Amino acid sequence: MLNPALNLNLDLINKKSIRDGAGFSLLKNGEEYPNLIVLCADLRESTRVEEFAKKFPKQFIEIGVAEQNMAGVAAGLASCGNITVINSFAVFSPGRNWDQVRVSICYSNSNVKIIGHHAGLLTGQDGATHQALEDIAITRVLPNLIIINPVDYEQMVKAVDLAINYEGPVYIRSYREKLPQITAANTPLEFGKAQLITEGIDLTVIVSGPIFFEALNAVSEIENEKGISIELINLPFIKPIDKEALVRSLSKTKKGVVIEEHQIHGGVGSAVLEALAEENYPVKLIGISDTFGESGDPKDLYEKYGISSKQITKKILQFLERQK
Amino acid sequence: MTSVEEITKLKEISFELRKSVIKMLTHAKSGHAAGSLGMADIFAALYFKFLNINPKNPYELNRDRLILSNGHICPVLYASMSKKGFFPEEELLTFRQIDSRLQGHPHNTSLPGVENSSGPLGQGISFGVGVAMNAQITNYKYKTFILGSDGELNEGQSWEAIMLAGARKIPGLILIIDKNNIQISGKTQEILDLDPLNEKFESFGWYVLEIDGNNMEEIYLAISKSVTIISKPVVIIANTIPGFGVDFMEYKFEWHGKPPSESEAKLAIESLEKNYKNEKK
Repeated sequence: MLNPALNLNLDLINKKSIRDGAGFSLLKNGEEYPNLIVLCADLRESTRVEEFAKKFPKQFIEIGVAEQNMAGVAAGLASCGNITVINSFAVFSPGRNWDQVRVSICYSNSNVKIIGHHAGLLTGQDGATHQALEDIAITRVLPNLIIINPVDYEQMVKAVDLAINYEGPVYIRSYREKLPQITAANTPLEFGKAQLITEGIDLTVIVSGPIFFEALNAVSEIENEKGISIELINLPFIKPIDKEALVRSLSKTKKGVVIEEHQIHGGVGSAVLEALAEENYPVKLIGISDTFGESGDPKDLYEKYGISSKQITKKILQFLERQK
Repeated sequence: MTSVEEITKLKEISFELRKSVIKMLTHAKSGHAAGSLGMADIFAALYFKFLNINPKNPYELNRDRLILSNGHICPVLYASMSKKGFFPEEELLTFRQIDSRLQGHPHNTSLPGVENSSGPLGQGISFGVGVAMNAQITNYKYKTFILGSDGELNEGQSWEAIMLAGARKIPGLILIIDKNNIQISGKTQEILDLDPLNEKFESFGWYVLEIDGNNMEEIYLAISKSVTIISKPVVIIANTIPGFGVDFMEYKFEWHGKPPSESEAKLAIESLEKNYKNEKK
């Protein structure tokens, strides 16, 4: 049963794109915060800031295709009391401009929000160059930086709202595809907190980002067909990570699986293992295994690269078999 | 004070700043000598004539900003800040030591009055463009001075920022390039030739001034002129002598990233004093 405290509602029909949630939040906050400045590196439409640019032309800066400069200009603007939000694809920002994010933003504790769009295999047909599968690894190591990986449209709205109200650097991962919904407008997003989706006693499944929906299918199938009771946790905050919630769950179920749309090396699974390093529970990591993606339909890519619900089910069952 | 008196006073200040730089580097046993000495005259002019800043209120919204992009010459930044009253002179000797606010490359949140963190080259120009854009958005009248160097212009990010500032005709933005023709491994001309630099900036939409960056009269006139130009960003290409004032350091790229030993420091101070006295004659 879905956790009633979170007002969850699985909606497979009205699909929405996570990136639209970011655009919506910025548009909503533009008026209330005249010092909210949105910057873009020639990807207005793709990053959903087009409407903001039209409605708040004085609060919008087109930088051109120059992500390093965008990070620096944003830090300069932030040093004068502005809340700045930089928008590009995650492979470029924080990919190409990592040094600027490190020094001008994180080391300087600048009030800059980085929205990295088109993350994961969901970027599909554009191919490996545009599928960010490493962004969490490279941002997770930066002090002062908060990292949010929203599960759906509504959670993205709240993530951007939260980032605007938080003083300091934040990285938010965004996705292009239209996807189902699990959270509702009245589902809370608490700073640094994991979300308990379903309670269980045999296994903890931890998932971050919209790969959640593949994981949810797998979890339902295993529960229904094998009678295994699974505790499902959504992890919107990669940093700070909710260590307490993870330890609490694993101390009950004694074993865990982490599912992510990112390289296993350095990603969400690594973050979970760091949090559980002093505990003694086996944890299986499911994600991209040290390979680049390729062009294709996201569903086919999920299958080929081992993160479709079918592949997840298979891997979880193998893991459980070995734990017997 | 007449401008002649002001210039005399600024020359004295730059002499004092150079002595502080030598003392800091010698005590720290590391740091960058050549650029710090070469830029002392420009720092003296900015901190003690042109910058509208108040050490008692370093975060005043309408303050002028000095953005140091080539952060490795921070000894002369710290010497200027201390002399201006941002912190006591004794603290200069904590430079590069553990628990110090005077980091080896400047850190904004460590020391009030340091506007930006720098060290990785090229980042300060973008930062300064952002600061100048804020003035445009908010209608503040402050000026943004960015100090950068010729070697730093090897970095592509510099040109991204220069292109943006030129294209947007950002006013109140004055970039001073320390053109001392050296970088860490050798002569700028040999590592990666930048010339013709003036034409590059002109073609990027900047108003270009070129001066002798160790001549206080020329510095004074150029900065006075730069703040009157509002139609586009201004670059002052300051031809400086690396190591200026210390005879045995001048023009030597070997002194880019190295401090003097105790005995070299003594000779350096003597050289600074001799040259300062000769100039006063």
